[in-house]
Amino acid sequence: MSAHTTELVVFVLLFLLVTVMGFVAARWRRPNDLASLNEWGLGGRSFGSWITWFLVGGDLYTAYTFVAVPALVFGSGAIGFYALPYTVVVYPLVFLVLARMWSVSHVHGFVTPADFVRARFGSPTLALVIAITGLVATMPYIALQLIGIEAVLKAMGITGHLPIVIAFAILAAYTYQSGLRAPALIAFVKDALIYIVILAAVIYIPAKLGGWDSIFDAAKAKFDATPAPGDGILLNANNQLQYVTLAFGSALALFLYPHSLTGVLASKSRNVIKRNMSALPAYSFVLGLIALLGFMAISAGIKPVMSNGTADTNTIVPLLFDKMFPDWFTGVAYAAIGIGALVPAAIMSIAAANLFTRNIYREYFNKNASDAQEANVSKVVSLVVKVGAVLCILLLDPQFSIDLQLIGGVIILQTLPSVALGLYTRWFHKGGLIAGWAAGLATGMWMLYLTPNPAKHQEHFGGSAFALSNLGFDTKMTIYTGFLALAVNLVVAALGTLLFRATKVADGEDATARDDYFADEGDPKVKGLDLTGSH
Amino acid sequence: MTTGEPGQPRTDRSPWNWLLILPIVLPLLTFLFNADEPRLLGFPLFYWLQLAFIVVGVVSTTIVYRMTK
Repeated sequence: MSAHTTELVVFVLLFLLVTVMGFVAARWRRPNDLASLNEWGLGGRSFGSWITWFLVGGDLYTAYTFVAVPALVFGSGAIGFYALPYTVVVYPLVFLVLARMWSVSHVHGFVTPADFVRARFGSPTLALVIAITGLVATMPYIALQLIGIEAVLKAMGITGHLPIVIAFAILAAYTYQSGLRAPALIAFVKDALIYIVILAAVIYIPAKLGGWDSIFDAAKAKFDATPAPGDGILLNANNQLQYVTLAFGSALALFLYPHSLTGVLASKSRNVIKRNMSALPAYSFVLGLIALLGFMAISAGIKPVMSNGTADTNTIVPLLFDKMFPDWFTGVAYAAIGIGALVPAAIMSIAAANLFTRNIYREYFNKNASDAQEANVSKVVSLVVKVGAVLCILLLDPQFSIDLQLIGGVIILQTLPSVALGLYTRWFHKGGLIAGWAAGLATGMWMLYLTPNPAKHQEHFGGSAFALSNLGFDTKMTIYTGFLALAVNLVVAALGTLLFRATKVADGEDATARDDYFADEGDPKVKGLDLTGSH
Repeated sequence: MTTGEPGQPRTDRSPWNWLLILPIVLPLLTFLFNADEPRLLGFPLFYWLQLAFIVVGVVSTTIVYRMTK
């Protein structure tokens, strides 16, 4: 423990700094009244380009990403680099979609994707299905943020769960008080630290390891020596389809997560969204470099911490920093990862709380809930969500959270026809969409169930690479499970729509108008919001 | 799109939008970059070319943003 004193002191100091910021955030861009979801849950819908950039970036590029992506590259090589094309593809892909979502949400005051579905398809049932899917997909994601912090603590030689419980209790307290303003303010510190650490890492570490050439050669030598057929610094014939479908499928899924939309809806105009779609790839660049930390760890001869007899590859990045950097800077790097967990965890818990409040509490328990009641319910639920995440980590095998998150990515994709295509067309029948969702979900779960993971001695839910041989094809090729499940979903939704139309089953009312999808900030149709705090 | 003629229905259609296809498709064409040589600053083609696609994405989205503002 003594060997890590300097690291620990720097880590704790930076952690305290953001804690203070979290509480002060309630006064930042102070509204007259925090007691509504527009204020507590969406920061007054008033964020400009810069804040949105930090907020959305801080939200999408989580501590778990920083730990797990290099761990995957460390273990398997090129396939782990899918995170880069994934984040290159995503912004042009959602450029027009998010602008529409912003406009229609602004006109109608939507807070969650399920709010939109409720109004567009006139179906509380479909909205409930979308809300529950979002909740189930988000919860394990919050738990995974804890794994990010835990990896850092393990590397500092700290074991036991008490520090994590304390960290999350503090996080819960300031999120409760400040709402979305807390992660928005802390995101500045988080991103500044991440950029400093990564730039230092990609200049300093390769210099110590003899240059990029020798780093890649060391990685190649390691993968050539292992018997596993799927690894290497390049893709092979069997995992190229997996690489492409995983990158594309993940890109399709990203903005379906309720917490990604929270950051988008908190911005003040369409142009803020569009400008951010060209500015957010700055994070992709950093993510690409972070992925390569996995190769640096190979080249530096890092051995992951062993826990319960298996190697915990999530510890390789913290260990690499510990070995390469001076102690004080390792402390900064650890703080970057730790704080990097707090920002998304806060936004995710807010998004989950808003889903519960708007689409379950308001819909089924209190139809006439006032703004203040909604904000109160959300605040309490955000606490419950965090307690749930901590319990997940304390009581269950962390592997369970990882499996759940994997499932989460597959199931959130099943909301695409209702949420994303719904922004473009009202052709689908609500019954068809529900049928498609159910079919996609069932297919996805079945495929995940069939996928083993020999390295972790799991027979089921071992990964998202589905072997096409399961379908009778004579090949070793794999494909991203979510992608195939979505295809089934779309086919069933389309056939269901035709069937329901033919049998004249009543469809829901569409509460949105065509022009709503193009409304902007100064537009008279936009509902007046109290923006006194933002000027 | 934000300032249409009064009376004209607003839209987000624009020929510039087609430019967005480029950064969506390029990173998914593995045959373009799945090779070690030529290396750039020690990076195999697989890594430096995919990093370069970020620039394609930024340029494309910036142009579309500017032209449809």
